[in-house]
Amino acid sequence: MRRRVSTYVLLAAGLLVVVFPFLWTLLASFKPEGEIRRNPPTLLPAEWTASNYTGLFERMNMGTAFLNSAVIAIALVVANLLFCSMVGYAFAKLRFRFRNTLFGLVMVQMMVPAIVVMVPQFVLIAKLGLVNTFLGIVLPFVVAPLGIFMMRQFIADIPDELLQAARVDGAREFRVFFSIVLPLCRPALATLGLITFMTSWNNFLWPAVVAQSEDMYTLPVALAIFSNAQATQYGLLIAGAVVVVAPILLLFLFLQRYFVQGIASTGLK
Amino acid sequence: MATTLERPAVLKRPPAVPRRPANSWVAWIFVLPFLVVFVVFWAGPLLAGLGMSFTDMRSTDVRDPLAVDVVGVENYLRLFDDELMRKAALNTLIFVVTTLPLTIVLGLAAAVALNSGIARLPAAFFRLGYYTPYITSIIGIAVAWRFLLDPDAGPVNQFLGWIGIDGPAWLSDERTALPVIIVMTAWRSFGFDMVVLLAALQGIPKELYEAADIDGAGRRQRFRSVTVPMLKPALLFCTVYSSIGFAQFMEEPLVMTKGGPAGATTSASLAIYNQFGAGAYGYAGAAATVLFTVIVALAFLQFRIGRRS
Repeated sequence: MRRRVSTYVLLAAGLLVVVFPFLWTLLASFKPEGEIRRNPPTLLPAEWTASNYTGLFERMNMGTAFLNSAVIAIALVVANLLFCSMVGYAFAKLRFRFRNTLFGLVMVQMMVPAIVVMVPQFVLIAKLGLVNTFLGIVLPFVVAPLGIFMMRQFIADIPDELLQAARVDGAREFRVFFSIVLPLCRPALATLGLITFMTSWNNFLWPAVVAQSEDMYTLPVALAIFSNAQATQYGLLIAGAVVVVAPILLLFLFLQRYFVQGIASTGLK
Repeated sequence: MATTLERPAVLKRPPAVPRRPANSWVAWIFVLPFLVVFVVFWAGPLLAGLGMSFTDMRSTDVRDPLAVDVVGVENYLRLFDDELMRKAALNTLIFVVTTLPLTIVLGLAAAVALNSGIARLPAAFFRLGYYTPYITSIIGIAVAWRFLLDPDAGPVNQFLGWIGIDGPAWLSDERTALPVIIVMTAWRSFGFDMVVLLAALQGIPKELYEAADIDGAGRRQRFRSVTVPMLKPALLFCTVYSSIGFAQFMEEPLVMTKGGPAGATTSASLAIYNQFGAGAYGYAGAAATVLFTVIVALAFLQFRIGRRS
């Protein structure tokens, strides 16, 4: 019993250390600039204000950036749900030549550092006339190797008999996939959707390269550019950080079950 | 109606259910999305980068790539004489060998604590708290940490001041900048390892611990001879997955310090990024090729060692 209490104390202390940067920043975002810099510092704002947030939306186009981030993330979620499960199904349940070689390539793609392909990718996007477009930001990521890997692991556990029975019924491979495999994949699809949304929402380097005008910036790009210009306007910057971070935290608050199960099953097999 | 009549005939001889070599072309349709994206957006650029690395291509040559001169392995030779590249390689090495164990130890500690009879709801709460940094945008984190560590306005040095310590200018001091990024990355990443290791812990059969108890094993002995061996696959996964990620770290220093002060936080990836920025495509391509080779080799080596033991 004493050990259990000390475990709770330890866990709570650890939690405090881990979330301290978030808590402090969140509280500071409601302080006026002068109070943010005050020494000794205040924990709770002495004077609550939303001026950092209103100032942020006046000074930069946060609404557009927010919308851009959302559109890109949703497009990538839809694309990855469809494509990763299709490809994962082929690797898990269909027989074809070069299957293992191809799957090896999936693993190789996972190891390609972004920086290694960034410039040739950009030249390609430029040749296709896709610089400063949503399509240019999205295309290289419509079928993520980690997603393929996850879906293959999940679909491999679906009993073959189930699929064979449908095939005997004369169902075409596409109908087997859409009417039997996909509905069974719901938990895995939830995980994949969540992880894809998070990855896309947080993605910084590639959108920063492709988006060139303010109306195409995603949230992280807009915030990074703003922070380069105003490195010490802490009130505005911190409010911006909260706007970038909060949607993902809220999403995970409700869906963390899927994240945990998904990572766990990917890591263990 | 016709199908119901046909069915018994098939059922009578189950082995004849076609293994479907016929579906092989269908399979290619299913993998087509990956194939197209891989070839066009990943393999193509990878090979283009490799090709570039043997030329003196610069950003000004993009319009007319055939006008560049082939310089053989000159770019590769130059890499080894480049002070900045050597420093970047050293920084990357230091970063990986410190961040990796730090992340895994923290992740393991959190997983073990969460698995020691904590009630479900608080466990889920702690878990979410612990991996919050992992799911957070690096820009958001950079803004927060730069504020916290600000020499004057940041609370960290203000707290230190209370106990009489004159805190350094964390991110613009050559001695502290890289350590800060190491700690920040471990803080940001350990939650992922925790989730993986926690699932692995929960998968260890209770009987193994009971057997260890019967053999009179103490707590520490149980951990060493049951928990650790059973966690090996999960630990291997965390090691390989994290070291692939850590070896290419660049966004952290890019948004925290821009690689400074005096290159103290310039990683291999960031040095390559800077060369690209300066327009030296051939040279950057050579460095990128070396980095990719090292990462792939590292991953395979770890798998080999992990599988054997």
